[in-house]
Amino acid sequence: MDFINAIVVLTNFTLIPALAYGSQLALGAIFVTLIYAVLRFANFATGDMMSFGTMFAVLLTYYFQSIGLGLGFLPTALLTIPFAIIMMILYMLLIDKFVFSYYRIKKSPPVQFAMVSVGVMFVTQAIIRIIIGPSDRRFLDGEKFILKATEFKEMTGLNEGLTLKSTQAITIVVTLIIVSIMFWFLNKTKTGTSMRAYSDNEDLALLSGIDPKRVVLITWVIAGILATVGGILYGLDKSYRPFVYFNNMLPIFAAAIVGGIGNPFGAFLGGYVIAFAEILITYAYKRFIAYLVPENMEPDSLMQLLSTDYKFAVSFSILVIVLLIRPSGIFKGKTI
Amino acid sequence: MAFFEGTQMTAGYGDGPDIISSCSISANRGEIVAILGPNGAGKSTAMKAMLGLLNLKSGSVTLDGKDISKISPQDRVKQGISFVPQTKNVFAELTVKENLEIGGFLREEGLDKMIENIYNLFPILSEKKSQIVGQLSGGQRQQVALGRALMSEPSVLMLDEPTAGVSPIVMDELFEHIIKVKKTNVAIIMVEQNAKQALSISDRGYVLVTGQNKFEGSGDELLNDPEVRRSFLGG
Repeated sequence: MDFINAIVVLTNFTLIPALAYGSQLALGAIFVTLIYAVLRFANFATGDMMSFGTMFAVLLTYYFQSIGLGLGFLPTALLTIPFAIIMMILYMLLIDKFVFSYYRIKKSPPVQFAMVSVGVMFVTQAIIRIIIGPSDRRFLDGEKFILKATEFKEMTGLNEGLTLKSTQAITIVVTLIIVSIMFWFLNKTKTGTSMRAYSDNEDLALLSGIDPKRVVLITWVIAGILATVGGILYGLDKSYRPFVYFNNMLPIFAAAIVGGIGNPFGAFLGGYVIAFAEILITYAYKRFIAYLVPENMEPDSLMQLLSTDYKFAVSFSILVIVLLIRPSGIFKGKTI
Repeated sequence: MAFFEGTQMTAGYGDGPDIISSCSISANRGEIVAILGPNGAGKSTAMKAMLGLLNLKSGSVTLDGKDISKISPQDRVKQGISFVPQTKNVFAELTVKENLEIGGFLREEGLDKMIENIYNLFPILSEKKSQIVGQLSGGQRQQVALGRALMSEPSVLMLDEPTAGVSPIVMDELFEHIIKVKKTNVAIIMVEQNAKQALSISDRGYVLVTGQNKFEGSGDELLNDPEVRRSFLGG
């Protein structure tokens, strides 16, 4: 019985949150990797673009709530996703037309591109602050839990409860749907193949008659979907605060690089690698161990390797270690 | 007038000096034309000028009697000119079949049938169709490169050193493939370092020196010309 309790504790506090957090990172990481593969630059505006899309979801959620539009037990925010995606894509295309395309035509080096994206990041941050402000917002409504700790305890008679928040389940399901559709598109359709060809060998792609403008357009459309959905899922699960989104750029970049930058499947798995590493290293194992050892040997300390305040240090360390030992990442992306 | 013709072409890179001056090259359908010459003679440049990868300062390029000097390389590709660069001439991260599909990107119809034709021409590609091209051998990659270029059913095929970096046995095999392609009524222009072997399969050849036509003639004529032999073919 103690053993099962130990497993339940671990599942409740690490496995489920890490799966949800990993999915959110994965969407961001695929966004980073896609922009890197096709448009050939590291997009430092990633976090704030995700924030930009989420901002519309938050505002529209408030609006829909005020006019009484909702999805019952599901969060109203799900209803806002298509609108938020459209706003996000329009913003990205606008930025591309007035900022990035100039440097693309000039064939600027990637470093210059990255600096330009830093500029875009600041501008995006400013726009977000003007429109919605920097404060913390919760926009989750509907049923909060699928499985409550007390219900689980009653059902099983265990000491420990297992909770499954609806946002966690929604995150995992929506991520799997979006990512499956995206991989199907990239690998099985003619347009997807042409995008991979353009990413692999731009000159030859042009000689084969692939239209670069169309490839760029479709890349931004997919990027807009990934950024918005990733941002909304994160905001539903935790809360929407622009500064946190900016901070999330570190684990997202770490995920993209761990998976092999330029490789979407690598980025997908990289998201989970980073999420599990962050959560497993910063989790306090006291209760878990207490179930496994005899009563008198219970640990006094929290049994925590690192305080949760340092969770970004975990992704940063992984980032540095991967760049030192295997710069191409797990799945052999492009060497940076 | 030849089917595909560059007349009195003068061109260079950017504002730099002229690499080729008053250089003329032509090819008819069903003909293999070799461009030879020492390093830095402007062989590849002449070919790139005909493809439109660099702008002509003077001279013209015509295809089937139509002046195409002013149109972009992409549009020339649509007109039926296909180009196999010397390096990076395949999509290394894609499978063989995907490479061919991209080669036929502009085709409205008959994609599968054309892929079958390519498999018949290069049987090894049919065996390896699901393999990533980056994992193939040098000779097989060159076949993928040729196959990709042929997918658009071009009337002109330009090859920039198709046998660079492959073994002599593979080179012979590639030349055999190039002859097979020629028989499908395609005009082939190739730049080659292996002058003797290239001339032995070519109908005509041009020898460029410092960007100008120095010698031209049929393959045999050039092979037997004492001056050409002494200067370029090693005696």
